[in-house]
Amino acid sequence: MDTITTAPTLNYLNSAHGLASWLLTRDHKRIALLYLVSVTAFFAIGGFFAMMIRLELVTPAADFVQPDTYNKLFTMHGVIMVFFFLIPSIPAVLGNFMLPIMVGAKDLAFPRINLLSWYIYVLGGLFTLTAAVTGGVDTGWTFYAPYSTASSNSHVIMAGVGVFITGFSSILTGLNFIVTVHRMRAPGLTWFRLPLFVWSHYATSLIMILGTPVIAITVLLVAVERGLHLGIFDPALGGDPILFQHLFWFYSHPAVYIMILPAMGVTSEIVQAFARKNIFGYAFVAFSSLAIAIIGFLVWGHHLFVSGQSTYAGLIFSILSFLVAIPSAVKVFNWTATIYKGAVSWDSPMLYAFGFVGLFTIGGLTGLFLASMGLDVHVHDTYFIIAHFHYVMVGGAIMGYLGGLHYWWPKITGRMYPEGWAKFAALTVFVGFNLTFFPQFIVGYLGMPRRYAMYAPEFQVYNVMSSAGASILAVGYVIPLIYFIWSLKYAPLAGKDPWGAKGLEWEIPSPPPTENFAVTPIVTERTHQYAPSREVGIA
Amino acid sequence: MPDGHAHAAPLDAHGHPHEPAHPKLQHHFDDMGQQAEASTLGMWVFLVTEILFFGGLFMCYLVYRWKSPSGFQEASFELNRVWGATNTAVLIISSLTMALAVRAAQTSAKRGTQVFFLGLTMFFGLVFLGIKAIEYTDKFVHHHVPGPHFHWDGQYPKPAEQFYSLYFAMTGLHAVHMIVGVGIMAVITWMAWRETFDEDYYTPVEVAGLYWHFVDIVWIFLFPLLYLIGGHFKG
Amino acid sequence: MFENLPLFPEQASEQAAQVDALFFFLVAVSAFFAILIAMMVAVFAVKFHRRRQDEVGDAIHGSIPLELFWTFIPLGITMVMFVWGAWLFFHLTRAPKGAMEVYVVGKQWMWKVEHMDGQREINELHVPVGRPVKLIMGSEDVIHSFFIPAFRVKADVIPGRYNTMWFTANAPGRYHIFCTQYCGTKHAAMIGWVTAMEPAGYQAWRSGGGATGGPVENGAKLFQDLACNTCHKEDGSGRGPVLKGLFGKEVQLSSGQTITVDEAYVRESILNPQAKVAAGFQPIMPTFQGLVSEEQVLQLIAYVKSLSGEGSAAPGTSATQAPSPAGGAQPPAPPAKKSGMN
Repeated sequence: MDTITTAPTLNYLNSAHGLASWLLTRDHKRIALLYLVSVTAFFAIGGFFAMMIRLELVTPAADFVQPDTYNKLFTMHGVIMVFFFLIPSIPAVLGNFMLPIMVGAKDLAFPRINLLSWYIYVLGGLFTLTAAVTGGVDTGWTFYAPYSTASSNSHVIMAGVGVFITGFSSILTGLNFIVTVHRMRAPGLTWFRLPLFVWSHYATSLIMILGTPVIAITVLLVAVERGLHLGIFDPALGGDPILFQHLFWFYSHPAVYIMILPAMGVTSEIVQAFARKNIFGYAFVAFSSLAIAIIGFLVWGHHLFVSGQSTYAGLIFSILSFLVAIPSAVKVFNWTATIYKGAVSWDSPMLYAFGFVGLFTIGGLTGLFLASMGLDVHVHDTYFIIAHFHYVMVGGAIMGYLGGLHYWWPKITGRMYPEGWAKFAALTVFVGFNLTFFPQFIVGYLGMPRRYAMYAPEFQVYNVMSSAGASILAVGYVIPLIYFIWSLKYAPLAGKDPWGAKGLEWEIPSPPPTENFAVTPIVTERTHQYAPSREVGIA
Repeated sequence: MPDGHAHAAPLDAHGHPHEPAHPKLQHHFDDMGQQAEASTLGMWVFLVTEILFFGGLFMCYLVYRWKSPSGFQEASFELNRVWGATNTAVLIISSLTMALAVRAAQTSAKRGTQVFFLGLTMFFGLVFLGIKAIEYTDKFVHHHVPGPHFHWDGQYPKPAEQFYSLYFAMTGLHAVHMIVGVGIMAVITWMAWRETFDEDYYTPVEVAGLYWHFVDIVWIFLFPLLYLIGGHFKG
Repeated sequence: MFENLPLFPEQASEQAAQVDALFFFLVAVSAFFAILIAMMVAVFAVKFHRRRQDEVGDAIHGSIPLELFWTFIPLGITMVMFVWGAWLFFHLTRAPKGAMEVYVVGKQWMWKVEHMDGQREINELHVPVGRPVKLIMGSEDVIHSFFIPAFRVKADVIPGRYNTMWFTANAPGRYHIFCTQYCGTKHAAMIGWVTAMEPAGYQAWRSGGGATGGPVENGAKLFQDLACNTCHKEDGSGRGPVLKGLFGKEVQLSSGQTITVDEAYVRESILNPQAKVAAGFQPIMPTFQGLVSEEQVLQLIAYVKSLSGEGSAAPGTSATQAPSPAGGAQPPAPPAKKSGMN
């Protein structure tokens, strides 16, 4: 890439100064950075809890922390990582920044609601952190009743209120994205000319608006039952604990697709840019995002296979859980086919994309084990499950997030981070991740249950491996934090298009001006075209 | 074309047409039409989320009524159907006045007309809330509020407590939405008094109207499900 | 292998081999696809590595036949997995007739086991090898889950209802029991041991004492102590329905609904008698909520079952019913004599 020596002109970063210009901004790009800071902070907190968990699990006995403390650690790790990191991360940071630019707009449809959404997120986070520091919550992030409503003596209501509030942040972001994609596309930008990043965020937004209200009401009911002793979920008061599980998972399963679909969108963008080739099977990849979103709403009962729910209901959930894997498989094949006969660069964003494809494939395949009812009986609530979801959420979603941050960092900041360190960090993350989580498949099938502060001695070797891997993974995460911050002041300036990539975002300056486009673009073909649009089959 | 798309020529630096923009046009929209469409679509999407929000409670209702049909019937009988039906009529009329308010703004009617219909809508909303207050007080007096002071003389005390938990949760959530709606009406009414709305710009009225109609429709579901269970069984 | 590095759990039940067979099939398929994708990505990344800065990839847009190919092949494979998994699940959850019943009550943070002859155990479960054992499980407080990794079976233990699970141990030994649904502070300590014994050893253990009367006898005693017999008279002259021969039958309720008299219904009638009153009877039965523990409820159920000749003590005249899950229809009888898939 060329080093630019001329200083950037007026852009969104230097157009206004002072704290108020940030905290009262309506610019989607600044809001994206507000989210970047807060999301990173929550990741650090959730990661700290993870380190505590892995330190405890080095030995079979509960000798590092008390069991009660351990129970709070894994709960807070889950609550913070799910609700305050994974769900917002890509949509609120990269989506907020890129989506309006990718559709050729000056901002999202509702800029003030965008800012409100950030404040709601922070408020909900404060409630949850307060719950954490004043004694913690120990129900698990899944808040199962009646333990959460009748038995736990921890700050369930406060944490629940935090989750409730933050849910509205998610809803408003989704609402904003949907209206923007429908109504703010530049002239000529038809749906099938949109970048796949936009398709995946559109599908994600559908899930956000349809699923999040249900977790909101569920968490509200838990708080009400706990506070007022009404019999909604507690059988001792006449309630039904399985009803809680259905209501909870009705959101929480689609929620995992909120976490992965944006990362898939990022991967589509990176693979095209770093193979300098159009995505293979654009329509299939675009529609697969919608298919995942829709089918993803119909599978929640696979979390209840051993609860005693009707076997016939289980059958339906099982077959649909297998079906939801197919569009994901289609994406993986299409990404692989895109690299074929491409001009493949090994720059760090592409390394993250490769990591994503491999690790998401493994994570997704292990999902088939869980969809299989007879097999799920054995592995349910063991470390096999933990390994599965960390493969898709960390090996998948977080790799996608990091890849996207690297890919668009030059656009967002106008600076190019040090590529050598970035490659090193990517490899460190990959190695550390696999060492942490692959042994958990083995120890899970052996029978080690999840949420155990102490465990049977024969599981120790795998736990030691896993904890060792976690420390390597932590290093891999800290390195980018350092060089990204360093790059803001000391790294070479990046020009408009340091990667030689296609897309509306690469046609505007880095960093972009506040209004994004000097003149509204008029689009005549797909915005990510590396080749003429005449259709050609396999060469 | 190297970058795959052209740039339109006769526009100013912001890409806007040269005629003066409407004072209410926000800078990121191209024209009033786009702004209006975005706002109404946004409200529709928000209402979909509200359907799912109430939907969770409807699911609980479904499950518990299926489990104790006779218990729910017995509990429902103790609600005052006259008040419930009155409230239903009140809300339906308020939706009519709301629609008339939107039409008034849409046809650039005098501010007096707009304020009249908006004010009437608010008034009916307050009537609704007032009747709910009367009903809630009555339930409190009869010890039908779930919790430590709940007391039931009928055959199915547990289902009755569950019914009333759902009654208060669902009508309570609905009442919260009504209060917010009345607040929104107050703001819109003030804006109408300031002659903000005419046929070129009435989106806030329309969008508030959508919200109001939605809250009305939720009540249309709540009323039969809560008040009219087993209405045709007598004795 | 290494001393303390187990790679795979032992197989100690007939079910284990069946579950492992499906597991290995999935491992094979997953390994195939994971390696395939990884290799293709690696090979393409190397083979098509950008040689010049301005190099661009080929103009390939897609191929519908290829898309269909890699949609329908995975679809076919996943459907095989679905059918196999479903079949296995049916088998894992339908206990055969005549299975030896054992009652289990989970409570924070221990497992209380009661055998039909009255033998009680805490955090231990002795079972004979080669005989199907069916656990009927309830909880006194929150949701727990009873898991025996070596047998590959697990079921949630939920307050307010009964769940069952069954297995046939086929290797003598001691195996872990773990609670696998988070239940509070000592969740990780709610563990125990299953001891599977050869029939002779098991008999010796059974007669080793500790029996304080079986659940049926205890239930009969409770039935008298709590004065159930004053309303539920055998000759039908009492205010309540006759219970002899009732278990397993269908009865009509005063609401018009028809239900089957199973463990769940008996439990509900004891704790919440107004919920489902039998047709033709007055809703006057008092509730025993708070007056009987979960174990005592199980003993009363065992007694009521014995009045119909139910339970493993005697060959039943009607099929042993699993408690109906909420809303589910009664499942068909299990397929006869399925051996493991090999």
